[in-house]
Amino acid sequence: MKSKNRESLTDSRELDGSYDPLTDSVEDDFELSTVCHRPESMDKLQEQTKFTKKELQVLYRGFKNECPSGVVNEENFKNIYSQFFPQGDSSTYAHFLFEAFDTDKNGSVSFEDFVFGLSIILRGTINDRLNWAFNLYDLNKDGCITKDEMLDIMKSIYDMMGKYTYPTMQDDAPREHVESFFQKMDQNNDGVVTIEEFIESCKKVHVHCEIVMVLPVQPWLCRSPAHLRLISNH
Amino acid sequence: MATGVAAWLPFARAAAIGWMPVASCPMPVAPRDHRRRQDELIVLNVSGRRFQTWRTTLDRYPDTLLGSSEKDFFYNEETKEYFFDRDPDAFRSVLNFYRTGKLHYPRHECISAYDEELTFFGIIPEIIGDCCYEEYKDRKRENLERLQDDQEENKDVKLPHMNFRETMWRAFENPHTSTMALVFYYVTGFFIAISVITNVVETVPCGSTATQKDMPCGERYTVAFFCMDTACVMIFTVEYLLRLFAAPSRYRFMRSVMSIIDVVAILPYYIGLVMTDNEDVSGAFVTLRVFRVFRIFKFSRHSQGLRILGYTLKSCASELGFLLFSLTMAIIIFATVMFYAEKGSSSSKFTSIPASFWYTIVTMTTLGYGDMVPKTIAGKIFGSICSLSGVLVIALPVPVIVSNFSRIYHQNQRADKRRAQKKARLARIRLAKSGSANAFLLSKRNGLLNELLELTGPNASEQKASKSSCLLESQHHHLLHCLEKTTAHEFVDEQLYEQNYLEAALQSFPSRRASVSSRDGATPTCCGRGAKRDATLLEAPPQPGPKQQGPLQELSAIHIQCVDRPSHSASRSKLNLKSDDVGRLNCKGGRITAAIVSLPSPPALTAPDGADLHGPPARRPPPPPLSPGPSIRTTASSANVVKVSAL
Repeated sequence: MKSKNRESLTDSRELDGSYDPLTDSVEDDFELSTVCHRPESMDKLQEQTKFTKKELQVLYRGFKNECPSGVVNEENFKNIYSQFFPQGDSSTYAHFLFEAFDTDKNGSVSFEDFVFGLSIILRGTINDRLNWAFNLYDLNKDGCITKDEMLDIMKSIYDMMGKYTYPTMQDDAPREHVESFFQKMDQNNDGVVTIEEFIESCKKVHVHCEIVMVLPVQPWLCRSPAHLRLISNH
Repeated sequence: MATGVAAWLPFARAAAIGWMPVASCPMPVAPRDHRRRQDELIVLNVSGRRFQTWRTTLDRYPDTLLGSSEKDFFYNEETKEYFFDRDPDAFRSVLNFYRTGKLHYPRHECISAYDEELTFFGIIPEIIGDCCYEEYKDRKRENLERLQDDQEENKDVKLPHMNFRETMWRAFENPHTSTMALVFYYVTGFFIAISVITNVVETVPCGSTATQKDMPCGERYTVAFFCMDTACVMIFTVEYLLRLFAAPSRYRFMRSVMSIIDVVAILPYYIGLVMTDNEDVSGAFVTLRVFRVFRIFKFSRHSQGLRILGYTLKSCASELGFLLFSLTMAIIIFATVMFYAEKGSSSSKFTSIPASFWYTIVTMTTLGYGDMVPKTIAGKIFGSICSLSGVLVIALPVPVIVSNFSRIYHQNQRADKRRAQKKARLARIRLAKSGSANAFLLSKRNGLLNELLELTGPNASEQKASKSSCLLESQHHHLLHCLEKTTAHEFVDEQLYEQNYLEAALQSFPSRRASVSSRDGATPTCCGRGAKRDATLLEAPPQPGPKQQGPLQELSAIHIQCVDRPSHSASRSKLNLKSDDVGRLNCKGGRITAAIVSLPSPPALTAPDGADLHGPPARRPPPPPLSPGPSIRTTASSANVVKVSAL
C-alpha cells in the first residue's frame, strides 16, 4: 500500500468525485523538504557590515530561532510580521519589506540579506538610509517612485491599522495622504519622485532617522514573548 | 565512506606495506595533513547541560551547523564554550549522530519538536537510520494529515465570492452550510427510505380478495405503488440533475461512484416506462426491477458509517483478494476430491465437480445446509477435513480487515474531536491577539495619564514606576505608536469604535443645530468651539472627569455642561481657562447635554512630543484648517476640528 490516499470521510465529497485522489492526497514521499542555508563566516560578515561580533551573534540567534532552516520565505516573513500588528492586516506591507530585503531576488531572505539590510538601516549614513527607504518605496525598482507605487505603500500602511481606529478610517485616507506627500516631494512636477528629490525633501522635513528607520524592521530586534508565540503555534 | 570506520584508516594505510614488494610503479606521494591542529575538546553548552566532544567528531559533517563555521555565531568568548538555547534531550540524538554516523528518532519525542531541532542543526531527517525510519515516517504522516485537516477547515470557512453554482455544490456536499441544504438533505433521505420500503412492501402478500388468492400488494394496489415510485424517481431525478449542474467537473462527477448508483437506481423506472407491454422483454424488465434495490446505497451520502465501511473494503482490497483467491483454490481442491470420493456411491448428489462446489462452499463456511452430504467413508473423511480447513482459511484475512476498519474509524473519530476542539483553539488564539492589542491600548492610556500627571501633579515619580512592564512590551508599543503617528489615526478597542461609529452617524443631526447656536450663541444646546492648539486641554479631562466612557474617550472629549442660558456665554470663554478650571467644570457632573469631541489632529498631538517622535518621511504635513473626516465647520473655530454629537 504505497500511496495511501487520505480521504475525507466526513462528507460524501469523495463519493461524488469532487475529491481528486491524484492531486489532493497527502504526499507519502515528501521531497527533502529542508533547504538549509549556511551564512558566511562571522568574520566576513563583520567586514561587510557595521556590526560587531557580539551583535552579529545576537542577530543570528534571533534569526535562527524563527527560521531554523537559515532562510526566510515570504510566508514566514508575513507570519512573523503579523504577530506584531494584531489588529490590522500587515501582509501587504510585509510583502514590500520582503522585496526590499531580498536583494538578490531569489524569493528568500538569507541571514546575509537580513544583516546587510539592517546594517544600512541602523548604522548607515543618512543618505544610505534614505536610499534604502527609497528602494522600499520604489516597488518595481526602476529608480523612481510613481504616485501609484506611493499609493500602494500607503494603503498597506493604513491596512496595518485595522478597522478599529479613531477617527474612523475613511476609504480615501491613504489617497489624501499620498496627495499631500507627493505634491511636496515632486519638485519638478513630472509625476515621479526620483532619488534626489526624495532625499532632498526628506532632509528638509528634519526627519529623525533613528526612530524612523527603526520602524519597519523593529520586529526583528525583539524576541517573541510567550503570548506572541501562542498566536503562531496554535 | 562511513565515518565510523574513519578511525581504521591509518591501519589500512599501514597495511599497504604488503603491496610495496610487488609494486610495479612507484607509490604516489602521501598527502600532507596541513591542518596539523591538536585535536581539542569542544564544550557545547545546551541550556546548561554541557556536552563535550572532540572537534574532529564535529568536523565529520561539514554541512551541518556544528560542523561548519556557523557555530561561531554561538561562541561565548568569556566561557570559551558554544552555547545553544535548545532542548538538551533532543540534542543527545543530534550529538550521537556525529559520534556514530547514525541518526535515531526517540519514540517519546514529539515529531514537530524533533523536526525543528534537526532543522536548526542543519541535519536532514532523511538520514535517519533504518531502525527508526518507519516510526518517524508514520508520525510525520500523521502530523501532516492533522495539518491538512486544519487547512481544509480553513478553506471551508473563508469563502469570499461564490457564484450560484458553487454555492449549490457546496450545499450538496456539506449540508450544514445552510438551512436549504439541510432541508434538501433530509428530504432526499426520507424519500430514499420511502422508496426502499415501498419496494419491499410491494412483494408482501396482501391478503386474498374475493377473486384471487394471495397476491402481493404490488399487484393489488398497482396504482398507489406506481404513484409512490413515480414520486420517488422524480425526486431522485431532480436531485441528480441538480448535482450534475452544480458539479465543478461534470465529467468527473459522472464517473464517480455515487453518480453511477444514482443512475442505476432511477434507470429501471424509465426503462419500464419506455417498454410497457412488450411480452418478451417483460421478463427482462422484471429483472431490471432488482436494480431498484441500489437505491439503498444512496444512503451512503447520509451515513458516515457506511462510507467508512466502503472505504475499509476498498483499502483492504488486497486482503479481500487474497481471501477470495485462497477460498477458490480450496474449493476447487476439495470439490475435486469429494467428487471422486463420492463417485462410487449410488444416487450421489455429487454429479460433477461444479456440482460439488456448492457442497464445498457450504461446508467451508461452516453453514452445512445438509442438502448434499457425503455417504462414503472416504467422502466423510474428506468432508471433515474440508470443514476444518474452511475455518482456517476464512479466519486468517478477516482480522486484517477488522483492524483496518478500526484504524480508519478511530482516525475519523479523532478528526471529529479535533474539529470540535478547533473552536476552542480559535477562541484561544483570538483572545491572545486581542490581549496583545488591548495591552497596547492600556499602556497608551497609562502612558498619557502619566504624562498628564507629570504636568499637573508633583508625584510624577510614582507614576513612572508603575509605567509599563518589560523592555519588549514597551518597544512593541512604541512600534504601534509610531504606526499611529504615521497614519494620524489611533488604535481603539471595539466598543469605542462602535460608539464612534454611532456618533458619526448622528453627527449630521446636531450639525445644523451647532451652526445655529454659534450664530446666535444663545441656545442652551451644544455649540461648536475651537479647540485650542493646546495639548493639555485634550488631556485634561481624564483626571477628575466622569469616567463613564473609558479614558480614551475622555482624552478627546471635553464635557461641557450647559446648564442654562446665562452661563452659556460665560462658558465659552472658559475654554481658554487653564486645565484645572475645565476640570472643575467637568466635576459638576449631573446634566451633561453635550459632548464635544475634538479630533486629535496631528499637530496638536505632536506638539508636545514633537521633539522625539516623528513619523517617517511620509508624514502628513500640518493639516489645513479644515481637516478631513467627519467634522463640522463652525464659524467660531479658529483651527481644528470639532465634531459635535448629542449624547
